Amino acid sequence: MTTPVLEIRNLHARIEEREILKGVNLVIPPGEVHAIMGRNGSGKSTLSYVLAGREDYEVTEGEILLNGENILEMEPDERAAAGLFLAFQYPIEIPGVSTMTFLKAAMNAQRKARGESELSTPDFMRAVKEAGAQLKVDSDMLKRPLNVGFSGGEKKRAEIMQMALLKPSLAVLDETDSGLDIDALQVVSKGVNALRDGKRSMLVITHYQRLLNHIVPDVVHVFADGRIVESGDKDLALKLEAEGYANYGGEAA
Amino acid sequence: MADYDIPTLKEEIDRETVDQVLALDVDKYKYGFETLIESDVAPPGLNEDIVRLISAKKDEPEWMLEWRLEAFRRWQTMDEPTWAKVHYPKIDFQAISYYAAPKAFKGPKSLDEVDPELLKTYAKLGIPLKEQAILAGVEGAGEPTGTPFSGNVAVDAVFDSVSVVTTFRAELAKQGIIFCSISEAIREHPELVKQYLGSVVPVTDNYYATLNSAVFTDGSFVFIPKGVRCPMELSTYFRINEKNTGQFERTLIIAEDDTYVSYLEGCTAPTRDENQLHAAVVELVALDNAEIKYSTVQNWYPGDKDGKGGIYNFVTKRGDCRGTNSKISWTQVETGSAITWKYPSCILRGDGSRGEFYSIAISNGYQQVDSGTKMIHLGKNTSSRIISKGIAAGLSDNTYRGQVSAHARAKNARNFTQCDSLLIGDKCGAHTVPYIESRNGTAVFEHEATTSKISDDQLFYCQARGLNEEEAVALIVNGFVRDVLQHLPMEFMVETQKLISISLEGSVG
Repeated sequence: MTTPVLEIRNLHARIEEREILKGVNLVIPPGEVHAIMGRNGSGKSTLSYVLAGREDYEVTEGEILLNGENILEMEPDERAAAGLFLAFQYPIEIPGVSTMTFLKAAMNAQRKARGESELSTPDFMRAVKEAGAQLKVDSDMLKRPLNVGFSGGEKKRAEIMQMALLKPSLAVLDETDSGLDIDALQVVSKGVNALRDGKRSMLVITHYQRLLNHIVPDVVHVFADGRIVESGDKDLALKLEAEGYANYGGEAA
Repeated sequence: MADYDIPTLKEEIDRETVDQVLALDVDKYKYGFETLIESDVAPPGLNEDIVRLISAKKDEPEWMLEWRLEAFRRWQTMDEPTWAKVHYPKIDFQAISYYAAPKAFKGPKSLDEVDPELLKTYAKLGIPLKEQAILAGVEGAGEPTGTPFSGNVAVDAVFDSVSVVTTFRAELAKQGIIFCSISEAIREHPELVKQYLGSVVPVTDNYYATLNSAVFTDGSFVFIPKGVRCPMELSTYFRINEKNTGQFERTLIIAEDDTYVSYLEGCTAPTRDENQLHAAVVELVALDNAEIKYSTVQNWYPGDKDGKGGIYNFVTKRGDCRGTNSKISWTQVETGSAITWKYPSCILRGDGSRGEFYSIAISNGYQQVDSGTKMIHLGKNTSSRIISKGIAAGLSDNTYRGQVSAHARAKNARNFTQCDSLLIGDKCGAHTVPYIESRNGTAVFEHEATTSKISDDQLFYCQARGLNEEEAVALIVNGFVRDVLQHLPMEFMVETQKLISISLEGSVG
């Protein structure tokens, strides 16, 4: 059997004294796109931060295996170099650092961590040009400081562009549809779909079903009270859209 | 299809430099080595005899000795200033030696006569003193050495109290430019020195400037004659080597009508446990339509991680925009020294003159920085611009102190000031102390200030993209200082980005 790209076993995590993840189990084989849906406050975003290694969260139990390797002891940058990518719900502004400079810094940092040589400028430019065309990121945007004054759509396009350039084996998309109008949603989804290559796996975290019309998942999981409570195919998302999260305990959002 | 430029050279350098530097060993202060060379050192202590000794060592004319003695007498009546936000044990001025020179040194020579030990020192510092080779077109001689002092740059190399060599003099002389040590200028161009020395920073200006006037040893002298655009960057590289000595350099730059000169200054010192004093005076004079651009990368030894040792840097730098439409621009990058007390200023005397001050001051460990500028608007339609970026990490204190004033006659004076501070960690301090005074209803002064911290969100975001914590800090800080970096000569920009990374090593985590 092939090694899953992501395997989460009985994951418990808390922030300060509050337990937020209460035994998450999830297996994503290579090439599959899984969606996690749940109401606000169910712990979805916490899951994405814990995967990426944010310090504020303490893992109290369980394991996270990325391509068979336990990543819990790794720093966030080591996880990134190992092939994990998190597209942020709210991308962070880096004043004074042009998007272009940031992209090159990130790509070369990961290459260095993997013992690869630095990208040559022509290779870098070629890659940027290709990824940029797909996501409608023009040279003007690349010169602006990363995320500073970007519209919602620009921020998300810049995120997906980074994903395209960094070529992770697992992409975690945290509420990528938030703040997007329908046109921007299409551009972003197209960009994401172009990165589905049969090997790369994705975990799409969302509150609404509409994103899943564009990025069609292989499996849909329902997240409630810190764990996955039901899994199914893409029709499960439609059912949730129609019925809401009321059947999964707690109050309606 | 969008149109793509290749990334600007700056961005390229950005990355490459940061990467290269991050690849360096954690050898934090890489200029800390000592040159073992026999030196001629004056006994510690300060009295009239020492002042006479210095003057005699330099074969100075009588008038210069008198000038020094007058300064010394004046200094004895003065008190050390205490208004800066810096704390240090009282300096024992009698414990310092005021003159040190490599033995057998008889004034600057041609390159092939310079002690090979000294040439080695400068090679190690990355300062090429191989003018002949460059002039002769020897391949590789002008190649960048990864420091600002490479390629086609004329260098005056000052080692402890003396200038050991000045390169490209003959080349420059062809255009009437004088570039030599101040000691030589006193002997060979007394009329110019008499006219301008002390005319911008008077002998009695302040405690350290007066001390400097009494005991200054060497420094650079630049004279750009009317109508000449200096064809290359001029630079001075200061090196303190000897123990228990102070370095008191004096630099004088005169730009006559319709001239331009860009001048760079760099400095380093060996790692030592005791504190060493550096008290320099720099005077700039810009006549009608002249422009002087003065850039400094100050990297004196900052002391160790426990705050032991390091240079006390008490410096008076001032430019006089004496002519109409003259311009003086100071750009400084302050990363070294245990204590920095430094306010490069502009006197905007000529109508339509312009002063600029761009500063990056980084403090880490136990460093204390109190730095800023003064823009004194005297003439009509004068303008000034101040952009200061202070970065404090570790247990350091970083203060911007600036004065902007408009005289009653300074109609339509304009100033824009922007002071930004960035804090790394929660044990350092950043302070902004602006003094603004206008005696003139037509003056418009603007002041903006911000203080920010590198947020955990920013660090996490960069890390999630693969940068480790130190790379992330270096990138964020480089972004923070970007608008000042752009005013540095290209070679200095590279050096600065390296320094930023090195200075902030160990500031996180």
